[in-house]
Amino acid sequence: MKQWKIFTKGFIKDNPVFILLLGLCPALGVTTSAFNGLGMGLATTFVLLGSNTVVSIIKNVIPNKVRIPSFIVIIASFVTIVQLTMEAFLPDLFESLGLFIPLIVVNCLVMGRAEAFASKNNIGSSIVDALGMGLGFTLALTMLGGLREILGAYSIFGIQLIPGVTDGMLVFVLAPGAFIGMGYLIILFNYLKKKTA
Amino acid sequence: MAKKESTFINMVLTLFLVTAAASFTLATVYNLTAEPIAQAREAKRQFAISQVVPEFDRLESKNFLPPDGGDSLEFNFAYMNNELVGIAVNTWTNRGYSGRITAMVGFYPDGRIFDVVHLQHKETPGLGDKIDKSKSDWSDQFKGIDPETTTLKVRKDNGDIDAITAATITARAYCDAIQRAYDTFADHVLSQTKQEGEPEL
Repeated sequence: MKQWKIFTKGFIKDNPVFILLLGLCPALGVTTSAFNGLGMGLATTFVLLGSNTVVSIIKNVIPNKVRIPSFIVIIASFVTIVQLTMEAFLPDLFESLGLFIPLIVVNCLVMGRAEAFASKNNIGSSIVDALGMGLGFTLALTMLGGLREILGAYSIFGIQLIPGVTDGMLVFVLAPGAFIGMGYLIILFNYLKKKTA
Repeated sequence: MAKKESTFINMVLTLFLVTAAASFTLATVYNLTAEPIAQAREAKRQFAISQVVPEFDRLESKNFLPPDGGDSLEFNFAYMNNELVGIAVNTWTNRGYSGRITAMVGFYPDGRIFDVVHLQHKETPGLGDKIDKSKSDWSDQFKGIDPETTTLKVRKDNGDIDAITAATITARAYCDAIQRAYDTFADHVLSQTKQEGEPEL
């Protein structure tokens, strides 16, 4: 039951993007379409899973004063692994996300979970926490990307909603639309959080 | 929790072990992925070339410097049954709205443009990204034109090319990239084929 609570808190109660407001740079930057949001979310989930696992394994042998540099090296290694693997086996996804992959290193969500959760909990809980937080992040990015794609291009995951109409409200594909969409989704998630609490 | 003391020797040792383990892992992953990455890049290049020249069975690559300076352009000479059928030029411009744009321009041996595809760009989604063939047929207007008789500039600048609505800078940059490819092509290839008489078509 405790593990289930750790897993589900990332979706609404502690949603990294809409409630904790962590990792806003990728959340605003890559979410021009639902597919990009999903790809970025899953890449971050993988990094989070790797870094949380390793950090919780070695948390006792890392002296306190050098824990942050050690965590950054671990996170950066996983990000590079994701980048190389994606370029090798998913070149199409890499083309649209490639620029943003190195930014996962400085995504405060990954660092935050390593510091606030994995360095204080056992491996099992850390893995569950990484999965919950990562999927919550993926959910947020896909929702924001989907909203912007529906309004900005009248399509979802590349499928046209209205045949023949491709030019939507352009502002939603551009940067201002990210902030507007984010604002309304924050309202929605705070409403949901109050309701479920 | 038996946490390790933050003594000097402990910290140095820990950081050394962490970085050594990270280096080893990354080296292993790099070795495993180096070949698929090279293959994926090569496949992408081949695909771009095959879009801008007629059907071919052999490729030869050579680099030439553009007349106005800057990075050299990669020329890919496409042969069919040992006859030159087209030249795909990997060209660039730094005048894009958001930095560098790279494109592959295909020429017939006589200098006419066969087709143009973009390789990489960071232009505004929804506006400047209409240079992408999958998003808009804007770049189809370059098909078949001869840059010697057609001015590769947008109509606003007294040229013959239709600009992209709300993305004139991108259209100008694309013309600049194609012009650079043609200038280099004219300098190094056309001048030679003209000396030797009619190019073999």
